[in-house]
Amino acid sequence: MDRERFQERPQGTDVTSASTNDIEFRSVAKRYGSVTAVSDINLTVPKGAFVALLGPSGCGKTTCLRMIGGFEQPSEGMVYIGGQPMNGVPAYRRPVNMVFQQYALFPHLDVEQNVAYGLKQMRPRIPAAEITRRAQEALEMVRLGGFGKRRIHEMSGGQQQRVALARAIVNKPKVLLLDEPLAALDKKLRTAMQIELQSLQRELGITFVLVTHDQEEALSMSDFVCVMSTGRIVQIGPPQEIYDRPASLFVADFVGKTNRIAGTIEPGAGAVLLANGVGLAKPARANGTAGPVMVALRPEAISLVRDGSAALRGTVTHRIFLGSSVEYSVEVEGLGDFLVTADRRSLNDGDLAVPGERIGLSFDPNAMHVFPA
Amino acid sequence: MRVATNTKRNLITAALIAPAAAWLTVFLVLPFIAMLVFAFGERAPEGGYQPAFTFVQFANLPTRAAAFWNTLMLAPAGALLCLIVAYPVAYYLAVKANPRYRLLLVSLVVVPFWTSLLVRTYAWMYILGSRGIPNLLSMIGIEDVRMLNTPGAVLLGIVYGYLPLMIMPIYVSLEKLDRRLLEASADLGGKPVSTFLGVTLPLSLPGVMTGVALVTILLLGEYLIPQLLGGGKVFFIGNALVDLFLQSRNWPFGSAIAVTLVAVVVVVLMVAMRIAWKVAGTRQVDLV
Repeated sequence: MDRERFQERPQGTDVTSASTNDIEFRSVAKRYGSVTAVSDINLTVPKGAFVALLGPSGCGKTTCLRMIGGFEQPSEGMVYIGGQPMNGVPAYRRPVNMVFQQYALFPHLDVEQNVAYGLKQMRPRIPAAEITRRAQEALEMVRLGGFGKRRIHEMSGGQQQRVALARAIVNKPKVLLLDEPLAALDKKLRTAMQIELQSLQRELGITFVLVTHDQEEALSMSDFVCVMSTGRIVQIGPPQEIYDRPASLFVADFVGKTNRIAGTIEPGAGAVLLANGVGLAKPARANGTAGPVMVALRPEAISLVRDGSAALRGTVTHRIFLGSSVEYSVEVEGLGDFLVTADRRSLNDGDLAVPGERIGLSFDPNAMHVFPA
Repeated sequence: MRVATNTKRNLITAALIAPAAAWLTVFLVLPFIAMLVFAFGERAPEGGYQPAFTFVQFANLPTRAAAFWNTLMLAPAGALLCLIVAYPVAYYLAVKANPRYRLLLVSLVVVPFWTSLLVRTYAWMYILGSRGIPNLLSMIGIEDVRMLNTPGAVLLGIVYGYLPLMIMPIYVSLEKLDRRLLEASADLGGKPVSTFLGVTLPLSLPGVMTGVALVTILLLGEYLIPQLLGGGKVFFIGNALVDLFLQSRNWPFGSAIAVTLVAVVVVVLMVAMRIAWKVAGTRQVDLV
């Protein structure tokens, strides 16, 4: 997938290659009375992509999804699906289907009738035998072959989730919308469904738009992550890029764990001066604006060293053993607590640092993300 | 220890149920048994009841066929008419009305209940009577319109009097209807009409069935509305019973009619319940 096509487009750009994009937002805003839910949304999703809208609750991600589904109309701007303007087009005329939060399955219909519901709405009508065949096909696709005659309340949470999925894909939509689809499942089931969703998307070859507040879910499943905050898009990119090069302190904080360190950049100096007086080489990427800054540093970018070479030294206060890795909390005078994720064999002899131990924190200055404070 | 606790718990349960049980025994079960006994008895020469065992009262039932016919036709018809009027109102209140005014609007449905049905039905007597609408119509040249003492007047009174009883259960079932199900239907291509027929209506059926059953059952025993708005012309079983017990003092015959009515109601209810279960797909539908 070509990266150029997937990005925040500057306002007013004319798009001629609309047919290669399944979804497009142009300067979209949504207001409820005086409350602005989202504004200035410019987003292009190419055909066949798996996109995650990621953000804390209230960031506007669900509003965006509902504008694609047709349950909300934008107050400003245009939404396109497959190159067609969708403003004013009701949900039942849109070539998209949605997996609702908590699934919204019809309680008065059995599993197969739920899945067949969309097929029965088709005009001209589809013959009954064909409807049954296609509903069965969709159920087999989500591995619920023999469950057609079950009632919804007889199905477990994970099974209901798959019924919702089958119901949404049976009409062969251009775009599948997923509103926090895994939120109601336990952790193990969630992981299994993440893999299932990914392979389903590859199998169907259609665009998936996932709304989630779970950064792990967004990073692990999608080709592209669109991070949102207070009604705006703050960064769009592939998961690795979002994680490795966060565009703002908010993204760094929200996606993955981050240590925040206060500091300053002296005018003309090539160094970042941390709040405890230690000066570190300014990362090549950071722009040179002088003034107070906030440095974001991933816990796994830090390694613990026992010799005196490290720039920062601190005292281990807590140790959380996670099996394959170990999380330490290290208190550095003047800077506060640092979170360090270490491979369990990171210390030379394979033993673990103990709480109370004085230890050095070593990291590549280029791993620091420097943001104006 | 455990046994003692259980005994105590059972005693408390018994104590809580006892007043209601006693009430029902004295005022429902015993009278019903008395009625059953009376139904097979004879009318004493001076009126009332004298012991006997005869089916003659049941053999006489056809003489009150008109009352049965009126009741068994007008009660379901009235309930159905109530339903037709009530459903859109309940739908509007539960789905369309601005939530800010919903409580106010719902209470407007209930408020007429605060005035006695007798008073309100009397009002209709005047509205439909010769000094009411027919009088107004005669002013514009339409003469000799009779409204009072017709089946139409009785039906109107029924719809008027029982409407809130139909609106409320339907309103409740529509109100707790999950809006996301409607969105899901639209998402799957369901136009508004299909969504209504495929999701809203089936999911509100328990409320509809409750309303229809409630109104029908109450109408089967209706006395006041046919008396006031139907005059002597539209006769319900309730009116026949009042006549038999209070005027002609033929207790056994009245009892036979009442017993027959109860039997009919039970059969009708059982059939209705079966249908409701079948439609709703579960046994969670309670009619009474």
